[in-house]
Amino acid sequence: MAGLIVYYAHPGHKYSHVNRHMARAAANLPGITFVDLYRDYPRFDIDVSREQHRLLAHDVILFQFPLFWYSTPSLLKEWQDLVLEHGFAYGAGGDRLAGKVMMLAVSGGGPEDAYTLQGYQQYPLRTFLTPLEQTARLCRMCFPAPYVLYASLKAPAAGLVEPHVNGYRRLLEAIRDDRYDFERAERLDVVRFDDLPIREEP
Amino acid sequence: MDSVLLLAVLFLVAGVIAVPIATRLGLGSVLGYLIAGIALSPLLRQLHVDVVSIQHFAEFGVVMMLFLVGLELEPRMLWSMRNRLLGLGGLQVLVTAAIMAFIAMLLGQPWSVALTVGMILSLSSTAIVLQTLNEKGLMQSDGGQSGFSVLLFQDIAVIPMLAFIPLLALPELAAMHGVGSGEGHASLSLVGQLDGWQQALVTVGAIGLVVGGGSYLTRPVFRFIAVARLRELFTAFALLLVVGIALLMLLVGLSPALGTFLAGVVLANSEYRHELESDIDPFKGLLLGLFFITVGAAIRFDLLYANLGEVMALTAGLIAVKVAVLYVLGRAFGVGGADRWLFALGLAQAGEFGFVLLSFTVANSVIPVALADQLFLVVTLSMLLTPLLFILYDQAIAPRFAVTQAREGDRIEEQGSVIVAGHGRFGGIINRILLAAGFKTVVLDYRSDQLEVLRAFGVKVYFGDAMRPDLLHAAGIDEAKLLVIAIDERQSATELVRYVTGNYPHVHVVVRAVDRHHVYELWAAGARDIIRETFDSSLRAGRSALEALGVHPYDAERQVRGFVQNDREQMLELASVFDPSIPAHENPAYVEKTKKYMQRYEEVMRGQSAAFGSRLDRGWVPPTLEDIEAERAAAEAAQRGGGSAPGS
Repeated sequence: MAGLIVYYAHPGHKYSHVNRHMARAAANLPGITFVDLYRDYPRFDIDVSREQHRLLAHDVILFQFPLFWYSTPSLLKEWQDLVLEHGFAYGAGGDRLAGKVMMLAVSGGGPEDAYTLQGYQQYPLRTFLTPLEQTARLCRMCFPAPYVLYASLKAPAAGLVEPHVNGYRRLLEAIRDDRYDFERAERLDVVRFDDLPIREEP
Repeated sequence: MDSVLLLAVLFLVAGVIAVPIATRLGLGSVLGYLIAGIALSPLLRQLHVDVVSIQHFAEFGVVMMLFLVGLELEPRMLWSMRNRLLGLGGLQVLVTAAIMAFIAMLLGQPWSVALTVGMILSLSSTAIVLQTLNEKGLMQSDGGQSGFSVLLFQDIAVIPMLAFIPLLALPELAAMHGVGSGEGHASLSLVGQLDGWQQALVTVGAIGLVVGGGSYLTRPVFRFIAVARLRELFTAFALLLVVGIALLMLLVGLSPALGTFLAGVVLANSEYRHELESDIDPFKGLLLGLFFITVGAAIRFDLLYANLGEVMALTAGLIAVKVAVLYVLGRAFGVGGADRWLFALGLAQAGEFGFVLLSFTVANSVIPVALADQLFLVVTLSMLLTPLLFILYDQAIAPRFAVTQAREGDRIEEQGSVIVAGHGRFGGIINRILLAAGFKTVVLDYRSDQLEVLRAFGVKVYFGDAMRPDLLHAAGIDEAKLLVIAIDERQSATELVRYVTGNYPHVHVVVRAVDRHHVYELWAAGARDIIRETFDSSLRAGRSALEALGVHPYDAERQVRGFVQNDREQMLELASVFDPSIPAHENPAYVEKTKKYMQRYEEVMRGQSAAFGSRLDRGWVPPTLEDIEAERAAAEAAQRGGGSAPGS
């Protein structure tokens, strides 16, 4: 059984269409650790030692957040800046996270076809996630394909909230139960609720 | 009685007229007093006033000044000054005295007279220099500190000089005079008949008494006095302390200036330091003023005119030699730039101890009266010229070193202290925060019982009522960057704000307000950094309440922040129409604005306006589907046109 911690970051929690349902699903899932960052640190005074201990106690670190301006919500950025210290996460002696997994579960407002070279976002989604990907690499962590929902604002009308949340629950359960195929996931671009790389048996 | 009053009126009138004029002309108060004295001198001669005896009395101002200087100097600082005190001070006295003696011998004086003259002229004027340095705010500069070291050494050196000079008595003068052992203090001496070792014992005992008494006795006495809560008792005790120590020193044949200086240093760590300072300060100022007036009045113009060329030449020579010696020594001791010039020019005069030594030497038949009279003129003239040398420094030298001065100014500013008025539950926390951040604070509180407790925990708090301007002054409001007013009394806080913002506009004031109306009063009084004493804790309590009701902590946080912002805007607007002289409900503009705000609140409550809500949640509310389509269309249009697209 892999140790899984979900970091959820959404300052507009109560207006969320999808993320709050995902968060509730994660929070109610036994056997994993769920952290609502904006609940733990409403005044941004992040407890670095506590967070580092949390990281050490888990194998898979999953950040769940809506994309804001091609990046994480500000508190999650603050968290990275403070917690991923030199000498802890990277640099001389900074190998404490080596071998762990960093995974993302993100939602974007734009539709899938916008995140192409021809679309109005001009780049594939993964391009916008390269800072996080390289953060994981520098910390010698694996970075499997992120779990993605495009056009999240239209998801309720399109009936996609429930399948995405259910897919999220299955994803988290699979990671928890060592049934998630990280090797395959690393080769993928993004994963979605209908193509999750889950094995039947651990 | 009449003559005393007449004399007092004469001196006061002369000072009150001359000093403001001199200050306005940029000449400094010292020159103002000197000129006042010169102007008075014909009148005083007509009234047959004994100016010299008044001068002896006024010299007590120097004793008080040294007490105050001691109060500013903690023993640790004194110790850190030891190199300059002994090295710079000692060499200045030795070298200047030697050169002066040499010149005197060249001018045909016998060696004993020459040596005495050298010693007399090696001293500078503590009174003029310290007064002027303080006035110009140069005391903390390197030049000022070096000057102070030298002056302190000189003041101490006077004592062995007084012991040494009688040994140089000229037999023929002594025969003329009869045996004169006689300056005033010798007649008071208790130790004259004792052996050397007994004298030493008494001396050590007296110094021990000053140090021990200062350390252990003043505190209980002050506590005893504080019970009566009468201001004048503090003043009386402060005077008693200084005069008593001076008397004790005279009795055992020591310098009163040294004794009170020592007492000052001992009390520099005491919580009553600022109280003592503000009590003694006016007396010091008046006596020094009187002293300067008498110096001006004692100039014998008949003698001056008779020997004008000679006196002028001697004075110029004296100043030139002293400047040269000081400049070279300053260089050797690493006093740099403009500071070295300040040091050299500032201490280039002979001083008031010169007068003391002169009359002492005459009485002891060491130098002839005619020579003493001439030297008296030289000393006076050099003192008279000192303010002009300071002006020379200000106008011609300091500007040339403006860059280095500015840098040094920064360094001083860094130490710029913070005054915290009131050390209760409110001020105490502020003080702890400031201290933890490495700032220097001066805490004033007048509850004696509280002081004892705080002192026991090592918190430096001074006894005193921050409402008193003189005490604020003693606490360093002139150089302070910040005043924190954390006193309970609403009216006092307002008055203090009005006084400080009016008189010390450079001081930032952080003030504790009791409630909303007090905020307006403080605003009207000039405060702009006003903290309501229970506002922030109420906000936190409100936030806790929201969280307890299940509101997400971040939403609760934002809710409270929105409340604060709204409240502050409202306060600012209402403060601009608040008039402390009329009750709020009789102020039409205030009532009008309040009504408007209440109306807006009601609209928000009834959901008719989104003014409050939209600001609170702005940013996290997602766009509607129509917005998204419009946004997408616009983005695609922009892309076709070559622009870039926002949003994700």
